[in-house]
Amino acid sequence: MKSVGKRAAIFGITMLIVSFVTFAAFTLISGDPAMRLLGTEATPERLQSLREQMGLNQPFAVRYLRWLAGFVTGDLGTSYSYNQPVWQLISPKVEVTLCMVVMSFGLIVLISIPLGLFSAQRAQGAEGALHTSLIQLAMAVPPFFTGILCSWVFGITLRFFMPGNFPGLHQNFAGSLHYLFFGAICVAIPRIAMTVRMLRSTIVGEMQKSYVRTAIARGNDRRQVLSRHVLKNSLVPTVTFLAQTMAEIVGGSIVVEQVFSIPGLGRFLVTSISNRDYPVVEALVVILAFWVVLSGTLGDLINQRIDPRLRLGGES
Amino acid sequence: MKGLFARFFRNKDTSSDGGDARGYLIVGLILFGLFLLMAVVGLFYTPHSHTAMNAAAKFQPPSLTHPFGTDNFGRDIFSRVMKGSSTTLIIAVATVAIGAAAGTLIGALTGYFGGIVDDILMRVGDALTAFPSLLMALVIIGIVGPGKYNVVLALGIVFIPSFARIMRTAYASLRYVNYITSARLMGATNGRILFRHMLPNTMHVLLPAVTIGFNNAVLAEASMSFLGIGVTPPDASLGYMLSEAQSMLVRAPWYALCTGMVIVLLVFGVGLIGEGLQRSGREVG
Repeated sequence: MKSVGKRAAIFGITMLIVSFVTFAAFTLISGDPAMRLLGTEATPERLQSLREQMGLNQPFAVRYLRWLAGFVTGDLGTSYSYNQPVWQLISPKVEVTLCMVVMSFGLIVLISIPLGLFSAQRAQGAEGALHTSLIQLAMAVPPFFTGILCSWVFGITLRFFMPGNFPGLHQNFAGSLHYLFFGAICVAIPRIAMTVRMLRSTIVGEMQKSYVRTAIARGNDRRQVLSRHVLKNSLVPTVTFLAQTMAEIVGGSIVVEQVFSIPGLGRFLVTSISNRDYPVVEALVVILAFWVVLSGTLGDLINQRIDPRLRLGGES
Repeated sequence: MKGLFARFFRNKDTSSDGGDARGYLIVGLILFGLFLLMAVVGLFYTPHSHTAMNAAAKFQPPSLTHPFGTDNFGRDIFSRVMKGSSTTLIIAVATVAIGAAAGTLIGALTGYFGGIVDDILMRVGDALTAFPSLLMALVIIGIVGPGKYNVVLALGIVFIPSFARIMRTAYASLRYVNYITSARLMGATNGRILFRHMLPNTMHVLLPAVTIGFNNAVLAEASMSFLGIGVTPPDASLGYMLSEAQSMLVRAPWYALCTGMVIVLLVFGVGLIGEGLQRSGREVG
């Protein structure tokens, strides 16, 4: 339990640092938001009153603490371009992206683990080389290209879904999931290949260790050794890798959302960057960072459950 | 340098996870060579002008005169792909050069000298690599604005920490090796030890990392340009062209197919080179 507390503390500190760096960076680059809103022609009096209204006349530390307090209570500021609370703009998009990312992660786990086990047992010779080449090929396909192919084949030609016609999570939940499924596949394909590759090299590496030789020498058959000993020892690196994957598929989803016109967080991030809508970008960066740090923390916690040595290591 | 590469080819792979290192290297180098040829020739010559419009030849499917067909303005897609390949290649090479050079320097200094600077830089690196690289690059573009050079800058910065970490490990492992100790006793300067004695012996780590970095750079640049915050017209990279192609998917599916396949084959080829280098490096290193 102590180790969980410690991990939670690290999580909190990391998020604090991330939020501080983000806030500092955007304060630095956004210049004078009051000037941006009113234009360069504005009278000094109006600028001054808006600055006071926005709290810009306060010292940096006070502004950071206020922003942080706002973040915790769900007040993420006001968008420059839409003049609406950022949270109101973001929350429906977060739901959409979360749905797709979770679906994509599910696909990765369900497909790559059996494939990785299969491939690890046939790692030798020509068949191994074939697997390696197929893995490299799948890793080479960028998600937006698969996305374009998908919308051409399954969308325009076969009419399984209407590209550009996202039903909306609250209007038609099943229909939305059906639509997001195609995006989720595109995000998943290269990641599946990477996971298979990782699993294969982990298991093959583990099979060369002396405990495996001993177990086989004692008369166990290879399958038994694989399922009883090797898989257990491969679990920790796999969990770490999957945690990292969970963080990184958000990056892939940014592009796929654009291909399928999915109104998600990534697409909104891109438009906000183009519009220089800093409060929105700032909030999105912190939310994405939260997701990344959360994935890492969850991975660590699961690993500590699996391998008691990690728990001890954390406390000593 | 020549001996170094020959070494990679000489190794008949005996490793237990399948395949001959040379096989991967050869197929990879052929694919990459074809791309390189197309990109380099594209800098000076294209069969048709990549910008000339021709209203009479809109949306033509692939043929002998137009191997990849034509687009909505009747422009020859093959010529455009050649030009786009040069842009993609230049951006990827420049990005990897920045990342690898800065990363090697940081990795060499921190790995060899260690100390508090090492601790601090590595923690900062940990924090940076925690983010998806595309997100980091997008944020930097958000600050400096789009365009070819800014893409190189953004991706170059994003790639530094991963190179630094790999090189740091490689340098740290060489720190107490006998020949380094001897060199130090003979009075070799730190610079000489770091770059004449140690650098060549990190190649089995650096070269595969460069291939992975190159692929990440190609994919990241393509994603950014696809999103419209990468290269800006009149520059066109392969990713930018794919976003163009998506809008005419119904009338000219060959545009997306050909452009996308070039990216896939390039990344596949370089991936195989990396695989081969890694395999032969395993026995060499």
